[in-house]
Amino acid sequence: MKKYFLPLFLLSLVMFLTGCEMVVFQPEGPQARSILELINFSIVMMLFVIVVVFALFIYIVWKYRETAKNKDYEPEEEKGSIALEITWTVIPLLIVIALTIPTVLVTFAVEDVPKGYEDKEPITIHVTAADWKWIFSYPEEDIQTVNYVNIPIETPILFKLTSASTMQSFWVPQLGGQKYAMANMENELYLLAERPGTFMGRNTNFNGQGYAYMDFDVVAKTEADYEKWVQDVKQTAPTLTEEKYMHILYPGVVGRMTFNETHLQWVNHADHDAQIFLHQETYRNYYHTKGEGYEREYNTIEPRSSEEGGHNHGKRD
Amino acid sequence: MGNGIKFSEILVTGDPLILASQIAILLTSIAIVAGLTYFNKWSWLWREWLTTVDHKKIGIMYIIAGVVMFFRGGMDGLMMRAQTSQPGLEILSSQHYNEVFTAHGVIMILFMAMPLLIGLMNVIIPLQIGARDVAFPQLNALSFWLFFSGAMLFNIAFVIGGAPDAGWTSYFPLAGKEFTPNVGNNYYAISLQIAGIGTLMSGINFIVTILKMRTKGMTLMRMPMFTWTSFIASIIIVAAFPIFTVALGYMALDRIFGTHIFTISGGGEPMHWANLFWLWGHPEVYIVALPAFGIFSEIIATHSRKNLYGYSSMVISIVGIAILSMLVWVHHFYTMGSGPVVNSVFSITTMLIAVPTGMKIFNWLFTMRKGRIQMTNAMLWSLAFIPTFTIGGVTGVMLAMAAADYQYHNTMFLVAHFHYVLIPGVVFAVFAALYYWWPKMFGFTLNEKIGRWHFWLFNIGFNMTFMPMFFLGLKGMSRRMFTYQEGLGWEPLLLVSFAGSLILAAGFAAFCYNIYWSFRYASRDVSNDPWDGRTLEWATASPVQHYNFAKLPEVTGIDAYWKMKKEGTTGLIKEEIEPVHMPSNSGIPFFMGVVFTIVGLFLVFEWLIPALIASFLIFVGLIMRSFDYDDGYYVGVDEVTKTEQSWRGDL
Ligand code: HEM
Ligand SMILES: [Cu+2]
Ligand SMILES: [Cu+2]
Repeated sequence: MKKYFLPLFLLSLVMFLTGCEMVVFQPEGPQARSILELINFSIVMMLFVIVVVFALFIYIVWKYRETAKNKDYEPEEEKGSIALEITWTVIPLLIVIALTIPTVLVTFAVEDVPKGYEDKEPITIHVTAADWKWIFSYPEEDIQTVNYVNIPIETPILFKLTSASTMQSFWVPQLGGQKYAMANMENELYLLAERPGTFMGRNTNFNGQGYAYMDFDVVAKTEADYEKWVQDVKQTAPTLTEEKYMHILYPGVVGRMTFNETHLQWVNHADHDAQIFLHQETYRNYYHTKGEGYEREYNTIEPRSSEEGGHNHGKRD
Repeated sequence: MGNGIKFSEILVTGDPLILASQIAILLTSIAIVAGLTYFNKWSWLWREWLTTVDHKKIGIMYIIAGVVMFFRGGMDGLMMRAQTSQPGLEILSSQHYNEVFTAHGVIMILFMAMPLLIGLMNVIIPLQIGARDVAFPQLNALSFWLFFSGAMLFNIAFVIGGAPDAGWTSYFPLAGKEFTPNVGNNYYAISLQIAGIGTLMSGINFIVTILKMRTKGMTLMRMPMFTWTSFIASIIIVAAFPIFTVALGYMALDRIFGTHIFTISGGGEPMHWANLFWLWGHPEVYIVALPAFGIFSEIIATHSRKNLYGYSSMVISIVGIAILSMLVWVHHFYTMGSGPVVNSVFSITTMLIAVPTGMKIFNWLFTMRKGRIQMTNAMLWSLAFIPTFTIGGVTGVMLAMAAADYQYHNTMFLVAHFHYVLIPGVVFAVFAALYYWWPKMFGFTLNEKIGRWHFWLFNIGFNMTFMPMFFLGLKGMSRRMFTYQEGLGWEPLLLVSFAGSLILAAGFAAFCYNIYWSFRYASRDVSNDPWDGRTLEWATASPVQHYNFAKLPEVTGIDAYWKMKKEGTTGLIKEEIEPVHMPSNSGIPFFMGVVFTIVGLFLVFEWLIPALIASFLIFVGLIMRSFDYDDGYYVGVDEVTKTEQSWRGDL
């Protein structure tokens, strides 16, 4: 064991230091930062546990291994020791308590408006996950985007999550933790970006064939840039029609899109009795339409080209 | 006829990999049938195996099935690692990858870990408590054949009708007809139901066996730790599996009969599935982990030549783990948005499991302290378990912290964590157990030298495969992704992981070679007690006589056999031998297994009328059983005496 643990550990360390950035360790907002502090604290505690257990393990196995010299040694029977057993019950208990307190605090904190920004008016953005794309509706600006979302910096954003089909999980690791998007219900998630940049977002909850392509970009802009973008959209983007929206809901992978007006005027999938748009026959794909038919009927799944939807995650603009 | 599948669609076509498998399956089947006929082994197979009610043979059949399933699940793992070793590869299509990880997860948990551990329980527990069989031998055979039926149904899915593709968790609404209308996920609902009924019956059987069949003097607090942990695991089975039975029943209703229990349309509630699934699913992890803990306890004590340190606190800790295991299921979906209060409560219950688990780790360490540690293969696997499982454990605590889990949930970090728990906690235990108890099952030991190759390759490969996944998760890679773009910084880690999985596979190959080599060349001159064991199974011959004990042993303390050796009371007095009562073989369990497979297949295809007709055969089996007045038979004193003399020498 010991023989390769060290090299392996060093290897991991090297990958850790030189490799591409680890998004969880690069928070760009207060929610992600407070979670990271919690994670760092837990890592320290857990490293302590690992060091103790590994050290004891190595010491005991080395010291008491059978060698040519101790072949005749017959160990004595040993019942146990109340004092020792209490020790290794109480110490883990203390560690658990030490971890519980910050866990509860952070778990409550990330549900709320980010600390320090309580006075700032939050922007609400409706997130509708569908197979296999992300739809963002700005009710105040009356704008709708697909597979990317622009936000102003230093402004709390209230994402209202729902789904038009399967269950998805909305995750922007550099801004905060994830939450599920479910049909006929709504989850709320506050995120805030402190600096301009493009941050990777992704669905983490498996939902079928296009799942791997179900990522999006969160583009944080200065307030002025954000306003400019809103004005641009107002002037140049096409207006969303009901027909177009139904087309977007159709299962498949699409690139980025931008519209004036939102689908909330026809349906809010979060409503408990919202209409469900099913495309059962489209999903009945693989075995029965493979071969030629497969190509023809099921060619909506294509990786997006990098201009369309590829992202340079983590890099600041 | 229902509307599930047309005759023309039964065979999966259009994929070269699947075509190759179909041909391979066909050829293997022909080879097996031809071989059995050529060597005239059909009646041997029927008499000695298919109809057996002997707990040791049933155990061996479970173990063989489990090893074969490990091979299948491992191949799936390799395919996944190969597919993701580079960005944009197309070894597997998206759909195929989805089927592969679904099959991998289900097979590894339900058709690899479960049968291997239940198999070991079967072989060892009656021996450890000084019994001649389990409480209900024929029920035991039925459990096996139902498990086998379920496993076979699940395994043919990918060539007949199409494989399940909604993950081993089979979350709704994805797993409902709305989003996966093909028959694939019917296989999940039906085959796991059949296997699960078998498991539930095993659980009941072992509870009764351990409560009622212990030999004289074997009080609960003198039971070997493997028996204790299996006992608690059986209780968890009986507590948790009915939940899964109900959930799968609802799933079958939704998918086959068009109800709306878990759907999103028609007023269904998909979250109920997640709750029911994990109410079973988390305890399920402990159903496989607890017996494994017992195995390590036995092996560490024996190979340190000391008794188990802190026996009572070991028992308390497994009871504590069992209770807590039922109270943590929400940690699988903190992100569902149940609110910070609920999430905080479940964070605490989850982290509390670390306390009894820590107790066990320290008790194992202190069992070795002041001992004399013999480095056999069985012991090496038990030693390797401690540090690797500790990594799995501490990352588990990290995942337990709700807010932190918002960043790990459903990422590769999670995949790394549960492999660091399940592989040391189940696979290492099974390997350790096989090296340790092999002579009891087959009358020879596995080769230690080849075993070293097996050990080192597997361990190096394992860490190389799964350690990078922790970092992949932190780099934002979610689980179940069949491909990814370049430039995310994942490539080197995924490549290392793929290389690791090849080494891991080489380790498994060394294990298979070891079995082959040892079958052919290992010395058959192995004593009844090759490791200087402490518990009663070592008081029997290697391989164990079919009646287990000529005279049921009497127990006066913990580590009964060790005590008998110290006191010199291991011998057998000829005059004390009496006829031994044994249960007769029966073909009914096998028949039931076949019937359940047929009914299951019809249900999967949604051919309801044939399913209804075929299910009458289940009642035929039940009626046959109730008119079965066979009370078993006696093994005569002469035969017992002769058998005992063959390994003990003169009595
Ligand atoms: C033998 C070597 C193994 C390899 C190479 C391997 C590889 C993998 C990989 C790569 C995944 C993630 C797939 C993905 O999310 O894209 C996975 C998932 C999984 N593995 Fe393994 N694994 C191995 C052994 C095991 C064992 C021994 C168990 C259980 C006892 C196990 C249980 C699971 C489960 C439950 C999943 C989740 C499946 C799902 O997402 O539905 N694996 N495995
Ligand atoms: Cu919900
Ligand atoms: Cu759990």
